[in-house]
Amino acid sequence: MDKEIAISVKELTKKFGDFTAVDRINLQVKKGEIFGFLGANGAGKTTAMRMLCGLSYPTSGSGTVAGYDIFRQAEEIKRHIGYMSQKFSLYEQLTVWENLNLFATIYGMPAKKIKEKAGEAFRTLGMEDMRNVLVREIPLGWKQKLAFTAATLHSPDIVFLDEPTGGVDPATRRRFWEMIYRASSEGMTVFVTTHYLDEAEYCSRVSIMADGRIKALDSPAALKRLYRAATMDEVFRTVAKGATRE
Amino acid sequence: MSIFQSLVKKEVLHLVRDFRTVTVVLVMPVVLLLLFGFAISTEVNNVRVVAVTDRHTDETRLIADRFRANPYFTFGGTVSYREAESLLRKGKADAAVVFRTEAGRLKLQIVTDASNTTMAQTSAAYIEGVANSSANAADKSAAAVVADTLYNPQLKSAYNFVPGIMGMIFILICAMMTSVSIVSEKESGTMNLLLVSPVRPRTIILGKLVPYFLLSCVILTLMLTLSYTVLEIPFSASVVHVVWVSILYVALALALGLLISAVASTQVSALLVSGVMFMLPVVLMSGMIFPVENMPLPLQWLSCIIPARWYISAMRVLMVQQLPVTYVLTEVAVLSGMTLAVLALAIKKFNAQKR
Amino acid sequence: MNATTLKILLRKEVSLMRRNPIIPRLIIAMPVLVMLVIPLVATLDVKDVNVAVVDNDRTELSRRIIADMDASEYLSVTGCHFSYEEALRQIENGEADAIVTVPKDCLKKLANGEKPGLDLKANGVNATKGTLGARYAALSMAGTLSRWQAEQGISPALPGPDTLNLYNPTLNFRNYMIPALMVVLLIIICGFLPTLNLVSEKETGTIEAMNVTPVGRFEFVLSKLIPYWAAGILVVTVGMLIGWAVYGLAPEGNVANIYIATVLFSLVMSGLGVFIANRSATLLQSIFMTFAFIVIFQLMGGLFTPIASMPRWAQCITYAIPPRYFIEIMRSVYLKGAGIGDLWTQYAALSGFAALLCAVAAATYRKRA
Repeated sequence: MDKEIAISVKELTKKFGDFTAVDRINLQVKKGEIFGFLGANGAGKTTAMRMLCGLSYPTSGSGTVAGYDIFRQAEEIKRHIGYMSQKFSLYEQLTVWENLNLFATIYGMPAKKIKEKAGEAFRTLGMEDMRNVLVREIPLGWKQKLAFTAATLHSPDIVFLDEPTGGVDPATRRRFWEMIYRASSEGMTVFVTTHYLDEAEYCSRVSIMADGRIKALDSPAALKRLYRAATMDEVFRTVAKGATRE
Repeated sequence: MSIFQSLVKKEVLHLVRDFRTVTVVLVMPVVLLLLFGFAISTEVNNVRVVAVTDRHTDETRLIADRFRANPYFTFGGTVSYREAESLLRKGKADAAVVFRTEAGRLKLQIVTDASNTTMAQTSAAYIEGVANSSANAADKSAAAVVADTLYNPQLKSAYNFVPGIMGMIFILICAMMTSVSIVSEKESGTMNLLLVSPVRPRTIILGKLVPYFLLSCVILTLMLTLSYTVLEIPFSASVVHVVWVSILYVALALALGLLISAVASTQVSALLVSGVMFMLPVVLMSGMIFPVENMPLPLQWLSCIIPARWYISAMRVLMVQQLPVTYVLTEVAVLSGMTLAVLALAIKKFNAQKR
Repeated sequence: MNATTLKILLRKEVSLMRRNPIIPRLIIAMPVLVMLVIPLVATLDVKDVNVAVVDNDRTELSRRIIADMDASEYLSVTGCHFSYEEALRQIENGEADAIVTVPKDCLKKLANGEKPGLDLKANGVNATKGTLGARYAALSMAGTLSRWQAEQGISPALPGPDTLNLYNPTLNFRNYMIPALMVVLLIIICGFLPTLNLVSEKETGTIEAMNVTPVGRFEFVLSKLIPYWAAGILVVTVGMLIGWAVYGLAPEGNVANIYIATVLFSLVMSGLGVFIANRSATLLQSIFMTFAFIVIFQLMGGLFTPIASMPRWAQCITYAIPPRYFIEIMRSVYLKGAGIGDLWTQYAALSGFAALLCAVAAATYRKRA
């Protein structure tokens, strides 16, 4: 096993009845990379990601995440990753601190360390006065930062982010990407789906999915060269042109 | 296609695609009707009795044989007094007959397991009847009274429960399903989508209600068919009145569902409100199992605001007694009044929300 | 099993439960409502059966029959009518529950040792009142007749058997209902509420956030159930206290036996609840499934109507209805002072159901789709 590989997937497929949501995809993500997983709505991004996180059984294919097999060792994988879903899913009726403490404890962090890391996170985010506020009452932008913190507080090997910046303003999105960079600089591998194509420029490498298949995979600069495009937006439009599922 | 038609179509599709719920909704009334019709009754028809005696005489043997022969008894044989007590304690017997001979005359004592009061009272009366008829075969006083039951000569439990089950099912399906489905649209935000559209609230509401009304009509047909065929409730011209009074009741239940959905903000609370406010009172206070007249007065007054009470009472008159519709005018008037009042209140609440 | 994880999950559940606007109130209000209202409502003791009389004999005897009936604590005579049709109208209007017709020559026949042919017609529309009322009226009339015969020296009065009512000497119907009512509380608190809780986590998506963590499914499900088990025990305790304080009914047997049965039955209900939740995608689905179970459990478990009155095949079905055993245990321990030795079959059946349903619940709980 290559020590430098965080995620490796071969011919990964998921079918729901007759419908093939993910069709024989292959990809490798290197450790410490920020990997952008692009695609239109319904292209199969979330389904693929759920298989990698051990939330869904693959129909066929093989793969490893953080060195563990995605078929047999899903629970081991879960110890080494963090996941932030598209739909905000922290407990609305718990306070900010209660949510962080809950998730960090589940990941097996000792109480002292949780306090220390959470305090640090509150300071960098400027959320110190929100500590004991019910999550239900804080604004969406803050909720997303909080969800990211909950997914990364235990310093996982890999963090999966499913459209983390959906529905927030450009300034907040920028700050969110600063958080992603900080996590990456600490050695975390970041696997992020998005459909904001400007965000694709921030990634080390990106893949573009359409109709359940990966149509292109390389660094943003290489892709732009390949498709003779000025922006990722153009690349995306060229690649996704033939897509039937939107 | 008009706006209204497309709203109805959307709702019907939604309903039909939730296959499991539709199945439960259609199967539950059938199961309940059959259970109540055949399985559940308050009549005591099997008393497990044992005899206790120090020595058998011809007379005690005669009585024991009578118990053996009587279809209302399962005779458990002769046991010692201590055994009898243990059987009663374990619930393996309902009553024991103790034979004692005092001054050359046979004396009987009936020992019942009174932890079940109805059983105890009834079995004591049965045993007394059996024992008496044997004590003096010439005594005619036991047969002096010819008793029978009007309207339900075979004492079929279906006759009692069918109206009650209909009263319960319609509240459950109409009120609960409509309120939960409207509130789930509120929760998911699609209701706002409809409310900001130029569609009038009245159209939205009707679009929600019509599919559930149709579903209720299907269920009504199903239940009436079963009642008149399998459960053998006598068929007569009054069925016309049964149908329209039921439809009135369905309308009332739909209006109640609407009112709940206007008040509740989450599915769970809509559910608890309709469950707690309607289900329990319908089972307990509508006269379905327990006669309303037995309740303390304040509860009897309270039962007046429970729609099912009026519906059940009307159904009993129309379906079981088969009296003309003039006998249920009060009930019909109350049900209509309630429908109008609830509907007006619901629409007022709903309009208040739109603003 | 990871104790730290379980502890933090439990803390989360308790916080969520406390902040819920409805659940804490429900846990307090339910036992109070159920224990105070249902015993008043759910009674099969029929009093005030209204009897309309058609007296065609008009003799001393017929007047005595009527007077005796009116004097009975269960019966009241609403009026004497000249014809059966007139009396029937009373029934149709709902003013009478039974008609007694005293035939012409009743006295004469009785004096000659013939059957007097008294006629009794009860309104069968309301089964309880009709059949019980008929029985009371028949007993009252038979009593009057045999007393009269004795006085006239026609036939000696037989010393009727005396009846000894064990366990509930006053034949109080409430004593029969109250112990069994705990079943209603436990079905809702340990079966219905955990289902709602799990399915609403599914609907809000928080359950997925849990499934993607290494949290064990046993810890997760246990953290959901333990608070409701505690609530169940609390509610049964409150129920017992109300039974004792309001109705003066305390268990004859050992309270520990009641708690053992409570724990077993809570396990049964929560196993079923988790199973239903595992199989439902939306609240509505889970609710209809649970309601179907609640209705069948309450009706077939022998709570309101005796199992002994059911036909043979229906009685066989009740062996598969767990509340049946719990109700039997509660009534026996409460009124008869029975112990585990007397009731071991019921305890064994409950344990079996608990093991089976918990296994099914665990087997169907999936962290992965």
